[in-house]
Amino acid sequence: MTAATPTAGAGPHSYLQEQIRWRWVEIAFWLATLTPFLLFPSYLQLASQIAITALFALSLDLILGYAGIVSLGHAAFFGLGAYAAGIVSKYGWGEPLSLLVIAAAVAGLAGYAMSFIIARFRHLALIMITLGLGLLVHEAANSASWLTGGADGLQGVKIWPLLETFKFDLYGRTAYAYSLVALFLAFLVARRLIHSPFGLSLRGIRENPVRMPAIGAPSRAHIRKIYTISAAMAGVAGALLAESTSTVSLEVLSFQRSADVLVILILGGAGRLYGGILGAIIYMVARDQFSGVNPQYWYFWIGLLLVAVVMFLPNGVLGGLAKLSASWRRKSS
Amino acid sequence: MIGPFAGVLFDGFAYGMLLFILSVGLSVTLGMMNFINLAHCSFAMLGGYVTVTLMDRLGWPFFATLPVAFLAATAASVVLERALFRRLYRASDLDQCLLTIGIVFMSVAAAAYVWGTVQQPVQLPDYLQGSVTFAGISFAVYRLFLIGAALAITVVLVAGLEWTRFGAQVRAAVDNQRMARGLGINVDGVFAVTFALGSGLAGLGGALAIAMVGLDPAFAFTYLVYVLIVVSVGGLASIGGSFAAAALLGISDMAGKYYIPELGAFLIYLVMVGLLMWRPAGLLGRR
Repeated sequence: MTAATPTAGAGPHSYLQEQIRWRWVEIAFWLATLTPFLLFPSYLQLASQIAITALFALSLDLILGYAGIVSLGHAAFFGLGAYAAGIVSKYGWGEPLSLLVIAAAVAGLAGYAMSFIIARFRHLALIMITLGLGLLVHEAANSASWLTGGADGLQGVKIWPLLETFKFDLYGRTAYAYSLVALFLAFLVARRLIHSPFGLSLRGIRENPVRMPAIGAPSRAHIRKIYTISAAMAGVAGALLAESTSTVSLEVLSFQRSADVLVILILGGAGRLYGGILGAIIYMVARDQFSGVNPQYWYFWIGLLLVAVVMFLPNGVLGGLAKLSASWRRKSS
Repeated sequence: MIGPFAGVLFDGFAYGMLLFILSVGLSVTLGMMNFINLAHCSFAMLGGYVTVTLMDRLGWPFFATLPVAFLAATAASVVLERALFRRLYRASDLDQCLLTIGIVFMSVAAAAYVWGTVQQPVQLPDYLQGSVTFAGISFAVYRLFLIGAALAITVVLVAGLEWTRFGAQVRAAVDNQRMARGLGINVDGVFAVTFALGSGLAGLGGALAIAMVGLDPAFAFTYLVYVLIVVSVGGLASIGGSFAAAALLGISDMAGKYYIPELGAFLIYLVMVGLLMWRPAGLLGRR
């Protein structure tokens, strides 16, 4: 997690301004996200799934990569968003954009309530509490089958066409465009947040939670803020999934989903904004390719990948790339 | 009225004792090295599969398979500890979690590959089947046996920790690792042995668990949650705490399933989060 250390001499403001500049790699990356429309039109459904997962991973990155809060229960907010959108549409209001807002509000409120607990703990107790809260929400949804449909999934989700013109079809063209725009907007918000003084103090909390209050940063208030934002973002991702597939099952709240998104983020590289997106692309494409061969044993390779990443690539794929490019630059200069 | 209640209490206590055998090793190793080993239940699962295989395919008697289950889990844990875990003792919580979750994923897939995803049958010897009736309440013999085994293990563990030289070294390393090193205790060596013994106990627990809760590849995940609850509620490196937490968890889980089945596991998680918020270091934890 050595993504960024301020260079000596320059003040914090010039440091932040230097960070916020768009690099050509970033612009090229976002242009490349448009290529599935032209090159892989039969994979648009998968592409929309990737964009949704990337948004979910980005929301986890905000708390894990920047504020250092390890969460094994982040699917709670994803699922809350999905269920909020699904249930409201079931009862007669299926306008996609306003459903996103509703989902963000529901998940954000839940996140705000939980953040008071989260901000008090660290280490093992924190991991256990996030795990426990995630399981608690999952069980609650399972028990409240009159509202959620329980283990059978939510029946009767009806999503209206986007902007009253674009239907969510089988090919996923609308779904991908819609999820991509949502991902990009959320990314802009996250990028702005991270490169603000607030984002800097989050990184301070990650590095040393004891010293930050000593220099006058209210670390609990900061943690509460970022946790709420992250929860709302995860809720939007969940709502996107509910809208683009027109189904909500109990799986959206499962521990498996929390673990998957953690794997995705770590694989790509936590604390790097693009880590979650890159991780989602690698993970989802690999799963799409391999699960056709032997779906049952897919998790063996995921496990092996995790072990390898922790042992040999501590900052994920992006961290490895950054190291490579740094050593290459040193050699050439 | 009192009959079903005592029955639930007994079943819950037996279940809690099973959870205690499964989790006590993790409690001690976590307290010593602060190493978060989420793969603990994979060792338990290995023990279970060893027992099933020996009994089903080779026709061994149930009791003869138990030491083998213990040894198999011990051996697997030594290999993993020396090869992987040792390098991460000073790494972050997150790295430890991820590495061990990776191992859980691999073990689940490997078990599914070797033994299939179906529940494994186990044929208990006749003298462990059936039940005895006492004061109008029937006690399953196997559960009585489980409780006896757990109590025996507790006595051995407590005595070993209190009255042996090795136990004193373990306690010293848990209390203050740096000071223990300063006094010339080989903390890494002590830890390696403790880790192997704890994993072996998990393997034994896995073997004992089949007849009560069944065995399939999801075991490593399902019981991980219960074991973590026992450890974090009981407090690190506290055998008494683990015992109390396991008994409490077993009884409340059984009671919840019996009296309010529509809530499912909700109650357990609620109790766990509540206890953790009240006492983050565990019921009898010192830190």
